[in-house]
Amino acid sequence: MEKKKLSLHIDPDQFAPASSEDKESLVVMRESVSFWKDGLRRLFKNKIAVVSLIFIIIVMIFAYILPSFWPYTYEQQIKYSENLAPFEYGKVEQERIDAGESVFPHICGTDKLGRDFAVRLMMGARISLTVGLICAALVLLVGATFGAISGFAGGWVDNIMMRFTDILYTIPDILLIILLSIVLKPKLEQLSHVAGFGWMQTVGPNLIAIFLVFVLLYWVGMARITRSQVLVLKEAEYVTAAKALGAKKSRIIKKHLLTNCIGTLIVTTTLQIPSAIFTESFLSFLGLGVSAPMPSLGSLATDAVKGMNTYPHLLLMPAILISVIILAFNLFGDGLRDAFDPKLKN
Amino acid sequence: MGKYILKRVLMGLLSIFIVATLTFFLMNLVPGGPFVAEKSISKAAQEALAAKYGLDKPILERYATYMTDLLKGDMGISLRQRGRTVNDIIFSKLPVSMGLAGIAVAVALAIGIPLGCISAYNRGKFFDNFIIVLATCGIAIPSFISSVLLLYFFGAKLAILPTIGLNSALHYVMPVTALAIYPTAYITRLMRSSLLDVMGQDYIRTARAKGLGTFKIIFKHAIRNAILPVITYVGPMLASLMTGSFVVEKIFTIPGLGREFISSISNRDYTMIMGTTIILATFIITANVIVDILYKVIDPRIKLK
Repeated sequence: MEKKKLSLHIDPDQFAPASSEDKESLVVMRESVSFWKDGLRRLFKNKIAVVSLIFIIIVMIFAYILPSFWPYTYEQQIKYSENLAPFEYGKVEQERIDAGESVFPHICGTDKLGRDFAVRLMMGARISLTVGLICAALVLLVGATFGAISGFAGGWVDNIMMRFTDILYTIPDILLIILLSIVLKPKLEQLSHVAGFGWMQTVGPNLIAIFLVFVLLYWVGMARITRSQVLVLKEAEYVTAAKALGAKKSRIIKKHLLTNCIGTLIVTTTLQIPSAIFTESFLSFLGLGVSAPMPSLGSLATDAVKGMNTYPHLLLMPAILISVIILAFNLFGDGLRDAFDPKLKN
Repeated sequence: MGKYILKRVLMGLLSIFIVATLTFFLMNLVPGGPFVAEKSISKAAQEALAAKYGLDKPILERYATYMTDLLKGDMGISLRQRGRTVNDIIFSKLPVSMGLAGIAVAVALAIGIPLGCISAYNRGKFFDNFIIVLATCGIAIPSFISSVLLLYFFGAKLAILPTIGLNSALHYVMPVTALAIYPTAYITRLMRSSLLDVMGQDYIRTARAKGLGTFKIIFKHAIRNAILPVITYVGPMLASLMTGSFVVEKIFTIPGLGREFISSISNRDYTMIMGTTIILATFIITANVIVDILYKVIDPRIKLK
């Protein structure tokens, strides 16, 4: 319909129904951001956390992938190549080089038995990381389940379960860890010879002893955190609303409780990793960790203490590596906490 | 209040009892015995020794005897250090470990609290970042790594500090440093975040509105309140110092209780294992109970069930 110029008629076009594009341009709402997206965005803005994450990934490649491509193995003893400095060659190796053969350099030197130290470092890092990751997962599993049951059940069940953790909490852990690891080691070694438990040989009874010790003692903190989260969430309005609408218990747990405490659980689990690595290296240092020839970063450092005046690099490398790994996990955990649990930010 | 104290003390006693029981049965599960290592001893002599120390009796009976003796304060005779009672050994070693741990606690508090305050006061500036980076690194270094590195640089490379024993004041420098690094770093971070928290409180704003100087606000209102979390940390700190002391005593060859504990385990010296475990556990648990009670006395806002 054409509008007559200078007329006082209202423009009829203005009364046409709006198209969908017009409608969209009027909505000024931002796209809704999911919990994960929001958290990850904040995490990737945090430079320290990103650098730590990259470092952790590099160490994982170093520990899990590189040893399979390395020309030396961690228990291979190369004759006449004992106690080499980094990039030095042994007598026989030098002769081979002179004959025109190519010999892969010992980037970190060799130890007193002529074992390539670079690959031992990698294997040590592998053990330490494995201990950290598996222990954290186990602690999460046991602690979160215990805490969730306790918090969800409430009443006398909660009371008994929490008194139990109270007592466990006051027991000095390191004393029991030392005792337990000594008790468990031979028992597991026996068990590993029984048919059906052969897989224990490949993992090593000592490592399993360390895992068991962690599961038995370190879940308490996780259980307490989960319980307090569940207690708060249980009283939240949306849970009451879901209950009023007739939602089943399993749905409430899955949809409301779990999704809301997952941030805290992830953060606590991540921060558990460095403490597990810490304890494992401590046990190895006292000679209670993994057994030879399998190296862990702690036992590599111990072995190097005796010869540290002559071969300081054998001591410094594992010592620095373990400190940096723990540091990276700590910083990454802090970053995760800031990203996924802004309330805790301080 | 009285009820609360009573409850905490009873809980502590129960914990000590549980530790003692657990340790007793655990160590008896460890294969081998105190006299197995000595190959020169004949079977008959071994049995005679076992009979002398009561090791031939059933485990429950031994447990009952040990616990009744323990209640009387008697921890038995060492199985490996001939003719010495466990009480005797522990009380000769304990002062060494206690002295070391005490100095480390003092150092950690004396350095950590001021550093945390300075850091919080200069929030976001260079000084703050510098201190926080140091503290974060300090938390990441296990005590055995720091003691070994200290030993290498100051003991061997520069050779300015003695490396073995505890004979003079200079001997204390390295072990105490190694022990104190972790708690100092932890206290610094704790103090910083707690002080920042307090500085945002209403009463600080009120004090400022009254026209109080910054100096007075910090010392009179802020630090007093911010120090509470640090006090609660003293209990866990003692536990971590003990852990540290096991390796530090081993590395610096210090004749303390931690070294005694480790060697008694490898020697299967049952009475010594029990004695050292109970004494160490009692210390940690007592410290925790005292801290819990103190915390309530200092901060009346905290209502504990």
